[in-house]
Amino acid sequence: MNDKKVGVISKVAGPLVVAKGMTGVKLYDVVRVSEKRLIGEVIELRGDQASVQVYEETAGIGPGEPVYQTGEALSVELGPGLIESIYDGIQRPLAVVYEKAGDQIPLGIEVPKLNREKVWKFKKVAKVGDKVTGGDVLGTVVETKAVLHKIMVPPYLTGTVTWVYEGDAKIEDTIAKIKDEKGVEHEINMIQHWPVRVGRPYVEKLSPTQPMTTGQRVIDTLFPIAIGGVACIPGPFGSGKTVVQHQLAKWADVDIVIFIGCGERGNEMTDVLMEFPELQDAKTGESIMKRTVLIANTSNMPVAAREASVYTGITIAEYYRDMGYKVAVMADSTSRWAEALREMSSRLEEMPGEEGYPAYLATRIAGFYERAGYVTCLGKDGRKGAVSAIGAVSPAGGDTSEPVSQATLRIVKVYWGLSAQLARSRHFPAIDWLKSYSLYDDVLEEYYDKNVQKGWTKQVQKARALLQEEAKLNEIVRLVGVDSLEFQDRLTLEVTKSIREDYLHQIAFHEVDTYTSLQKQYGMLNTILHWYEKGQEALKNDVSFKLIEAMPIRERIGRMKYVKEADFPKEFKDCIAAIDSDYDKLAKGGQQ
Amino acid sequence: MAKEYKTIKEVVGPLMLVEGVEGVKYDELVKIKQANGEERFGKVLEVNEDRAVVQLFTSSQGLKIDDAKAMFLGHGIQLKLAPEILGRVFDGMGNPIDGGGEIIPVKTEDINGAPLNPVARDYPEEFIQTGVSAIDGLNTLVRGQKLPIFSGSGLPHSKLAAQIARQAQVRGSKEPFAVVFAAVGITFEEANFFIEDFRKSGAIKRSVLFMNLANDPAIERLSTPKMAITCAEYLAYTLGMHVLIIITDITNYAEALREISAARKEVPGRRGYPGYMYTDLAGLYERAGRIKGKPGSVTQIPILSMPEDDITHPIPDLTGYITEGQIIISRDLYNRGITPPIDVLPSLSRLKDKGIGKGKTREDHSATMNQLFAAYSRGKEAKELAVVLGDAALSDTDKLYAKFATEFENKYVSQGYNTNRTIEETLDIGWDLLTILPKSELKRIDLDLIEKYYPKNKAGE
Repeated sequence: MNDKKVGVISKVAGPLVVAKGMTGVKLYDVVRVSEKRLIGEVIELRGDQASVQVYEETAGIGPGEPVYQTGEALSVELGPGLIESIYDGIQRPLAVVYEKAGDQIPLGIEVPKLNREKVWKFKKVAKVGDKVTGGDVLGTVVETKAVLHKIMVPPYLTGTVTWVYEGDAKIEDTIAKIKDEKGVEHEINMIQHWPVRVGRPYVEKLSPTQPMTTGQRVIDTLFPIAIGGVACIPGPFGSGKTVVQHQLAKWADVDIVIFIGCGERGNEMTDVLMEFPELQDAKTGESIMKRTVLIANTSNMPVAAREASVYTGITIAEYYRDMGYKVAVMADSTSRWAEALREMSSRLEEMPGEEGYPAYLATRIAGFYERAGYVTCLGKDGRKGAVSAIGAVSPAGGDTSEPVSQATLRIVKVYWGLSAQLARSRHFPAIDWLKSYSLYDDVLEEYYDKNVQKGWTKQVQKARALLQEEAKLNEIVRLVGVDSLEFQDRLTLEVTKSIREDYLHQIAFHEVDTYTSLQKQYGMLNTILHWYEKGQEALKNDVSFKLIEAMPIRERIGRMKYVKEADFPKEFKDCIAAIDSDYDKLAKGGQQ
Repeated sequence: MAKEYKTIKEVVGPLMLVEGVEGVKYDELVKIKQANGEERFGKVLEVNEDRAVVQLFTSSQGLKIDDAKAMFLGHGIQLKLAPEILGRVFDGMGNPIDGGGEIIPVKTEDINGAPLNPVARDYPEEFIQTGVSAIDGLNTLVRGQKLPIFSGSGLPHSKLAAQIARQAQVRGSKEPFAVVFAAVGITFEEANFFIEDFRKSGAIKRSVLFMNLANDPAIERLSTPKMAITCAEYLAYTLGMHVLIIITDITNYAEALREISAARKEVPGRRGYPGYMYTDLAGLYERAGRIKGKPGSVTQIPILSMPEDDITHPIPDLTGYITEGQIIISRDLYNRGITPPIDVLPSLSRLKDKGIGKGKTREDHSATMNQLFAAYSRGKEAKELAVVLGDAALSDTDKLYAKFATEFENKYVSQGYNTNRTIEETLDIGWDLLTILPKSELKRIDLDLIEKYYPKNKAGE
């Protein structure tokens, strides 16, 4: 082992271990605790005394046992083989651990983070004599059918390529040699090590301009998120946070998905593991597992590793962004991460802030989300990549006035607020249209109008205004009853009901309804609004409200969501035509 | 032989400080022996140099510092296990109290268990028929799920839990089935109700009971659920049985947790409960499940009474974030004589979608479930509106919805504690109720299902 110095444990309290004699250790260095070699990280230094947060169960550890320094910061290994893996919070491949050790994760187990034995076909891009800097692509390997992995010059290295390999190689084999300005030759293999708490460098950050389409109508239409944007989903339990996260992981228009299960249920990760391989990505036709990395630190796994898991996830995301990919990071749930911070803070006997959370909570949350973004990557081809971050928040009692929600809301641009009320009436996704917002909508308007359909923005604004109007009207109805309303207003209530039930409501488990393309979204909303506008016109011409309310076409509108994408253009045209002709009939025969 | 220390310096509430110790490990079991031969147990909560903070498992009453000796046993707290454990009754610490003698262990297990590798889990998807429509039809339970009952003081959660324990079955399966029951700080009467019920139905022979009653030391309560779960895991993964664990009442467990935390002067989280309560509760609940390649399963039904019926209280709140749904007992329905008074709208089973449908229950299950939920929700809204404004203010459709809601509560939910309905019966009652509404309102059901299952003798339009 390359362990250097040895300290001695003086105190053990849960995941916190204090060790003496730790001269020479740096803050956030990884140490191995006791002969069991548990993995820990130094989080406080006082003289030669170090406080270590241990990422494994500390039962059976006591004073007097050794602590080994490694001299390295907590790092991830980046290279081919990440995709399709399932890791714990400190990047131990759980599937490999399972094969090696069975149902449980043995303490201190050491397995390589990336498969060292697998042979990849390396195709060179760089040539001998090329002047390269950090981020330049040396060559590629096909990681999965959906992902072309670019092997890049590590950041901060500049020089001339003196040798490039082509052909079969394992990740530790040298695939290129680069001579730097000082004349030192570096052998480059396919692995990069990167400390998780440090963001990977890029040339510059750009403002997002494109939507990340998700196929979820309430999100794409009302509260869109941009590629490289950040969003949060707070909601009480049972309001469908996890289903929304899963839907995004399945359907979001991105190249890579990093799904972090942070302090959540074990069965949810199993669900992902069983379901994702079966699902097809619309773009590549491959299983969506072929573009997914899973990080699972379930609620009963050691708390400290929960804290590390979000950093592990975002670092892997940044690495794929460096290749010029669009990456989405889903963290479910950031509240559990914050709780892990709180637990360590309390063990360190720090002065608590609000609700016992440490005073630096907001800074940590901001630091995490700020690592997302749309950037120009390192490398001379000027490629662009993006990391979009979507964090679930689990506020106690669904009350978002608590510190984690508030700290998150100050950072994120998109807020999908889930409502217990909607969830209870089984309106899913239970995103509250009155409470939620997206600060990207004006940035993205142009894109939608140009690339989907002219008039998209106008139509969305109309739908939004109608939903606002409904809230107002409902208050009146609650006071004096629906009969007191004008027919125009009653028609408004009818159309908003249709918007809610036929449009915003979307069944994640229905094979067609689970995903709706932007074109179909436009068509569906257009049909509903068309029915409404025609209705208002008809009311002006004295057509009876009862007849409009009872129009059979409304049931057909309600079933548009189940119409397959391929059949939809025809259905859309037919529906509009049917609405027109039905109103014509009403106008002729249905006058009061 | 482990070293004995006579250096107990302090006993404060459930905590004890031992000084001058050597080689003590975190989380180790401690045996405290008094001069009169009395024995107590505790575990190491913190060790700092030569000082160990020990949490006692039993009350500290009568503990004499000067002549007591502390022995550190080198392992955590363990439970003795053998196939003969079935049919036995233990106290909250795993000692037999039925007069049947000690268990001769085939195996001893640490009660804390070790976290399962998520990859080793098998996804729960086998439908358990409980015979209760509000659960089977709308909040379906599956093998390996953890589905708590959220109740309040004075509500009949025990009757419902006993009914589930009595009726639960996986259809067409002859696999061995067992019930593990953990009484955590409940009254003798409540505990006795379960024992009697198990006895009457003959379930007692395939049950294991762990009893920590209201007058037993609160500190023991922290071990009781873990004992029960450890026992269940043995029955499931070693003996291949399908085990249902009923733990009542988790609120008492959480309170004991708070007591320890307060004694340690930790920074409290919400309402004085420790900040790590989420993790601690997860340590119980997450032990439900199935393991790949092992025949058995562990299904948990913890019961917790919500203080003041407040679902946002930290105990139900944190539980809800960990468990795979919840069954909510409503005081309002109870007062109206609905039995069991399950409020289906806020109740939820997260795993239902994988456990129902063609080949598992019936192909129309999912769609009718959504429709019933939506209709009942709208019907309740209509009824509320009618209370304020009178029936006349309702539209004709809303009147039908209001009628639906009433019928739904009376026929679907209210079935009594002794009716055991098959899933087909439950689904058919659902269809019958839906005929109250016009066919055009059934938007959440595919047309071909309506064609096939809509009761033929009803006009419906």
